[in-house]
Amino acid sequence: MAYIPNTDQDRQAMLEAIGLNSLDDLYTPIPEALRFTGELNIPSRYNQIALEKHYKTLGNKNASAEEYPCFLGAGIYDHYVPPTVGAITGRSEFYTSYTPYQPEVSQGVLQSIFEFQTLTCELMGMDVANASMYDGATALAEAAIMACELAGRKHLLVPDTINPIYRDVLETYVRHMNLTVDTLVTENGLTSVESVKAAITSETGAVLLQQPNFFGAIEDVQAISAAAHEGGALFVTCVDPISLGLLTPPGEYDADIVVAEGQALGCPMGYGGPLLGLFACKTKYLRRIPGRIVGETKDGDGKRAFVMTLRTREQDIRRERATSNICTNVALYALAGAVYLATMGKQGLKQVAELSLQKAHYAATEIAKIPGYSLSFPDAPYFKEFVVQTPGDAGKLNEHLMSKGLIGGYALGGHYSGMKNAMLLCVTEQRTKAEIDALVAALREFEGNS
Amino acid sequence: MQDPSLTHERLLFEISQPGRLGVELPDCDVPVMSLESLLPAAQIRKDLPLPELSEPEVIRHFTHLSQKNYSVDSGFYPLGSCTMKYNPKLNEDAARHPGFARLHPYLPDAQAQGALEVLFEMQNILTEIAGMDATSLQPAAGAHGELLGLMLIKAYHEDHGQGERDTIIVPEAAHGTNPASAARCGYKTLTVKSDSRGRVDLAHLKSELSDKIAGLMLTNPNTLGLFEDDIAEICDLIHGCGGLVYCDGANMNALVGRARPGDMGFDVMHFNLHKTFSSPHGGGGPGSGPVAVKKILEPYLPTPQVVKTETGFALEHNIPKSIGKIHGFYGSFMCILRSYLFILYYGKERLKDVADNAVLNANYIRTELQGHFDVAFDEICMHEVIFSAKRQQREHGIRALDVAKRLMDFGYHPPTIYFPLIVPEALMIEPTETESRQTLDSFIDAMKQIADDIVNDPEVVKSAPHFTPVRKIDEALAARQPCVCWSPEPVKA
Repeated sequence: MAYIPNTDQDRQAMLEAIGLNSLDDLYTPIPEALRFTGELNIPSRYNQIALEKHYKTLGNKNASAEEYPCFLGAGIYDHYVPPTVGAITGRSEFYTSYTPYQPEVSQGVLQSIFEFQTLTCELMGMDVANASMYDGATALAEAAIMACELAGRKHLLVPDTINPIYRDVLETYVRHMNLTVDTLVTENGLTSVESVKAAITSETGAVLLQQPNFFGAIEDVQAISAAAHEGGALFVTCVDPISLGLLTPPGEYDADIVVAEGQALGCPMGYGGPLLGLFACKTKYLRRIPGRIVGETKDGDGKRAFVMTLRTREQDIRRERATSNICTNVALYALAGAVYLATMGKQGLKQVAELSLQKAHYAATEIAKIPGYSLSFPDAPYFKEFVVQTPGDAGKLNEHLMSKGLIGGYALGGHYSGMKNAMLLCVTEQRTKAEIDALVAALREFEGNS
Repeated sequence: MQDPSLTHERLLFEISQPGRLGVELPDCDVPVMSLESLLPAAQIRKDLPLPELSEPEVIRHFTHLSQKNYSVDSGFYPLGSCTMKYNPKLNEDAARHPGFARLHPYLPDAQAQGALEVLFEMQNILTEIAGMDATSLQPAAGAHGELLGLMLIKAYHEDHGQGERDTIIVPEAAHGTNPASAARCGYKTLTVKSDSRGRVDLAHLKSELSDKIAGLMLTNPNTLGLFEDDIAEICDLIHGCGGLVYCDGANMNALVGRARPGDMGFDVMHFNLHKTFSSPHGGGGPGSGPVAVKKILEPYLPTPQVVKTETGFALEHNIPKSIGKIHGFYGSFMCILRSYLFILYYGKERLKDVADNAVLNANYIRTELQGHFDVAFDEICMHEVIFSAKRQQREHGIRALDVAKRLMDFGYHPPTIYFPLIVPEALMIEPTETESRQTLDSFIDAMKQIADDIVNDPEVVKSAPHFTPVRKIDEALAARQPCVCWSPEPVKA
């Protein structure tokens, strides 16, 4: 076995040293009735060459964005990944290490996380950030729980413009903490500040808002933040980190806790996992943050060094009184995020955001010209995604687009009743004018066929 | 030439120079509109304070950082409870295949048949290895799996009119995530003691049983590296009072193909794919924590599950009694993919070789180091062995921490220390199956040398590490004056 170095001779010598006769003897601590002596009902082994063929066969059955221009977003995005990201995350000094419990031999991971935290803060305009969460959805759920604990209140006000999957995960999480989600039904693709003011009560611990929201539209974050604070609630936002190349950062509109799905920062779409949850907040809440935090300190020679810190918040020390049960997070994806942001930098990230914005607006404008199509929320400003009314079932339309070699949008009917003929389209900087024109042509054809 | 790992690496922000570019993006090929015409004025960002570096500067910076990092590929990493085994390179190649890496999770099922096949197969494979009836792949890490498992237990009790059960029993030797996950699920926790054999104290357990008990969480083999040989009786006791039994599968590397939690009486368990099935630990994640369950808990699994239909593999979202969703999509797919390939490499014929060699290696270390350090429990261990440096501390003032730091000077990653809490000055050594006898012998020699130095030259141990990129770190300072984010003038929180 290529991954197991010891040979039969080694094993024999080791068994002799231990004073046992056979490998079976190692299992005498397990009562005989509980030992498994049969053959597992799993596939037979593959040799290395067959295994390589097998994964390629499986991979080739999938419609990757490498092969098909992708106009699908809805939380997972096909943004450009510069080659620096793979070069660094592919270094096994990083990917074959673990949580830096021993800082003297883990300065690489520790410093990269410290830089990731700083980049997150710079991007969001926030004071402090943690070392990552599983994904945007669980980060939002953790932020909601933390906000209610800080406010000492039990209700969350959640507009339906927040990603429906995030709301599903939020519901699952907070139900067990005896918190209640009050859903705010919105109109015209935007959350109105009046509706927030009307819905907020003395029991509202936090108002949650996504910016840009699930429909790609840009919310009036300043007014809603003010309304939340007026009502004595915390303001929690969930943002698209790429959009922050262009959009006002949450720190400037007084957000208390900010989370994000960071996948677009150099992480693979990877069929939806692993992902990268970003989590930042105001300094005064630092000691309530879930998960790992890296801080600066000094070593025995007085040199700058980094270490996991404020550890008494965490499960391995505080046990049932920890701020969260999270342990392993996604350090390698945080590293990808740090390399991505370092590579893109001040100019590059702005350019990615601007290209996405311009191309999305070109696509939307052209699509709205096709007979039978229109923008669902024509008055809402948007970033890189927008909702289109389609002349027929959006799922069927996607099948048509795939037959033309294009990955279409997100059919909204499953989560929003009355939006069966509506599709959320996404245009990133990766899409060329030719690809957008091909999409427009394919959409036009569908209209002609229906 | 000076070793780059020993030089001080500036932060990205200190290397940054105005105007540097790390990437050149294409010009805009569609008509450009003014930002003001597209975005409300209040939403346009004024300043973006990100660093500016060229591509070679980015690469050199992070390469230097990597050189300050110990890893499995650089050497022996016997970090107990973490199963730091070798990560096969074929699996890394697979994860770079664009058919997986650039696969959008919202594609229609027909366009993701290869990925769905991986998920479907892994649901079945893990179910079989667990000796259970169904598996959800959704949890993103072990602790996430614990949370899901407890939610399933809660849903089961509520569905059976037993919603007043509000307590989860956790042994004192358990991982901290167990009680933390129970709290996250709205449960109270009750701690049971370990007995003199390092197992759950049955008498204490019996005395705590009541109709308030929702379940018990147990790691098996436990965190002392010992098999809980009363497990059948423990499960009977918990079932007898109406509770369910959860297996923390962190230590499955001792059991794969040799024993199955489902056969022991457990109702639900999680796997750590990044431990047992070798998806890389990534410097602290991503992880993957699939949960396998018995039939009675299957109705409550999160949505979606992968099913096989006449037309191929499909995501089944309609699970009427489901607890809901705990992850945005289908779990850590890219980890699941790697673990799937890892398991296929061994197959049904050889998978138990993993456990056999892991347990053999741990017992070899136990035998060879006995007499130099005191083994916490003198019996055959499973995949890891716990020593105690209590004698060294009492006689020479050398703590487990000092031994750990001194091991770095010999080129090894230290074992887990001070866990489990019930062993004073614990050193928890987990070699895994991917280490050779020669590597173990060298490590054993280093440990013996340290044991000698503790007696003859304690100062060299106490002042370790001597040869690492930084010297012993002031952890208290970091917590006293938290600085978790760089700024030109460091702002202390």
